Amino acid sequence: MSQTSAGALPPLDITRAPEGGGIGPVQTGWRLALREFAQNKLALTGLVVLVFFVLFSFIGPVFYHGNYLTSDLLSTNVPPGAGHPLGTNNQGYDELALIMKGGQAALEVGFFSAFIAIVIGALWGAISGLAGGILDAVMMRVVDVFLSIPFLFIVLIVAVRYGASVLSLSLLIGGFSWLVPARLVRGEVLALRVRDFVSAARVAGAGQTRLIGRHLLPNALGVVIVNVTFQVADAILAIAALGFLGFGLQWPNQDWGDLLSNGVGYLQDGYWWQVYPVGACIVLVVMACNLIGDALRDSLDVRLRRR
Amino acid sequence: MIGYIARRLGTSIVVLLGVSVFIFALLHAIYPSPAIDVLGPRANTVLIQAWNKQNGFDDPWIVQYLRYMGHLLQGNFGYSYKLNQSVASLISGVWARSAWLSGVSLVLSVVIAIPLGVYQAIRRNTVGDYAATSLAFVLYAMPVFFLGLILIQVFALDLGWFSFEGSQSTSLLAIIGDWHAMTLPVATLTLISIALFSRYIRSSSMDVLAQDYIKVARAKGLPERLVLLRHLLRNACLPMVTLIGLSIPQLLAGNLITETLFNYRGLGLLFYTALQDVDYNVLLAYTLIGAALTIIGNLVADIALSVADPRIRLA
Repeated sequence: MSQTSAGALPPLDITRAPEGGGIGPVQTGWRLALREFAQNKLALTGLVVLVFFVLFSFIGPVFYHGNYLTSDLLSTNVPPGAGHPLGTNNQGYDELALIMKGGQAALEVGFFSAFIAIVIGALWGAISGLAGGILDAVMMRVVDVFLSIPFLFIVLIVAVRYGASVLSLSLLIGGFSWLVPARLVRGEVLALRVRDFVSAARVAGAGQTRLIGRHLLPNALGVVIVNVTFQVADAILAIAALGFLGFGLQWPNQDWGDLLSNGVGYLQDGYWWQVYPVGACIVLVVMACNLIGDALRDSLDVRLRRR
Repeated sequence: MIGYIARRLGTSIVVLLGVSVFIFALLHAIYPSPAIDVLGPRANTVLIQAWNKQNGFDDPWIVQYLRYMGHLLQGNFGYSYKLNQSVASLISGVWARSAWLSGVSLVLSVVIAIPLGVYQAIRRNTVGDYAATSLAFVLYAMPVFFLGLILIQVFALDLGWFSFEGSQSTSLLAIIGDWHAMTLPVATLTLISIALFSRYIRSSSMDVLAQDYIKVARAKGLPERLVLLRHLLRNACLPMVTLIGLSIPQLLAGNLITETLFNYRGLGLLFYTALQDVDYNVLLAYTLIGAALTIIGNLVADIALSVADPRIRLA
């Protein structure tokens, strides 16, 4: 301000930013949200933990060759030490290798079922919200019906009958998890469809498909992305429960819940390495997903955004 | 008010019918007939067909559904061919045990979560708030069975204060008095629910604290204690009503896992053994009961909320 106070105005220089604060490029919604997310230390911690588990489960077995395929009765229930960093179980399988293998299943089912849930939910919610009237009412009652079904019971019944695989569990869990995303997307679409840019697109001759695909869904993406992370967490908890009850994945696939229930019988013998490492893995992955989800919600919610 | 309740009741009945059709059709598709269970694994197809015809299992599924629902209205849940007992008698033998376990945990978790959440909101960003939030966050991510295992390890095996098994008594009175056996199952379910509820109470209390009527109450000189009790607490608890109604499926799932883990013979353990034995009628009955409880829970929650919060009725 000292220059202007001298009286004479400085020559106009449009290449220089005016004094009194720079004008940067306009921050669009997504970039702002990303910056907000990056400033959240808890969220970054969650992201680091999740990336670690992805690398640990999928790249880990390339470098660490533990035995999880043939039982080795000469080295059962070995405590952690050289050769077996996390000990062995009652079959002589290496715990660390089992946990890596179980991590693959947990993450695969988690992400795949979340993907299924989001795709079905987003389309269902968008169509319902856009259609309105009778179709909307019927579609939402269907959501109510599915929401009232005790989901774990049905998953258990079907898994017992047809056997559990990564694919079948993903389809099953995804098939029962699209309800909340559907409600969220419908709510967004109801708010969006009266906005000017949607009317403009409609006037310009956009069909329903284009309206949903190009205008409504991209703008409702925020709530969907937040929900994905919670879906992953819920799916991982669900297959852990399934495995713990003894109806999880079949050998040679492993799941964390099954490993844990296997170790329970030896709790009294003090074989802690068969229970606590795998339990900690479940808690850490689920916590990481929840942390990321909370942070995403905060960073995409304009009302909570720090100025 | 009456109109709102009638409308809400109508939707619930429609949803209940939809749920029963879906569950019945699904289980029927998975297990078309219990003939093999009754006649033995070596029964030939002629015998099986004759048995199916005699017992109505060759009718179209919609006919079977209507017959099943007709029986259900008379309190007949079908017959367990595995346990040679009617499903109704199986359920009546154990439902009170489950109701006690889940009821006590639910009441305890609400009674603890409300003051905890309100405290966190008032003392926001203090050490106490951070500690409670972190603990709730860890518990929220913890599978029910893993929490139960940790409690068993610490309090039953290491310290020896409580039993690692739920009460095995058949008398409800004995179970109610048996805190040595029941503390750990109750604590497991309670802690999981507190983690869920306190997060909501904390955020709804923070919303209420930012409202103008709290500022007015403070400005007119009302003692802080009365501001909290009369204005904050009552409004911050409103979402709890809906939350309890919505969380019934999770409570039932938690009940199933806790009863299995602690070998406590309630509805959850009955369902678990039915899964292992593929006891079709028990699975069907308990899934339907679970769905009905969920729908009734939501209905009661909505009506209770409309009584507690007059703004709802306008919507």
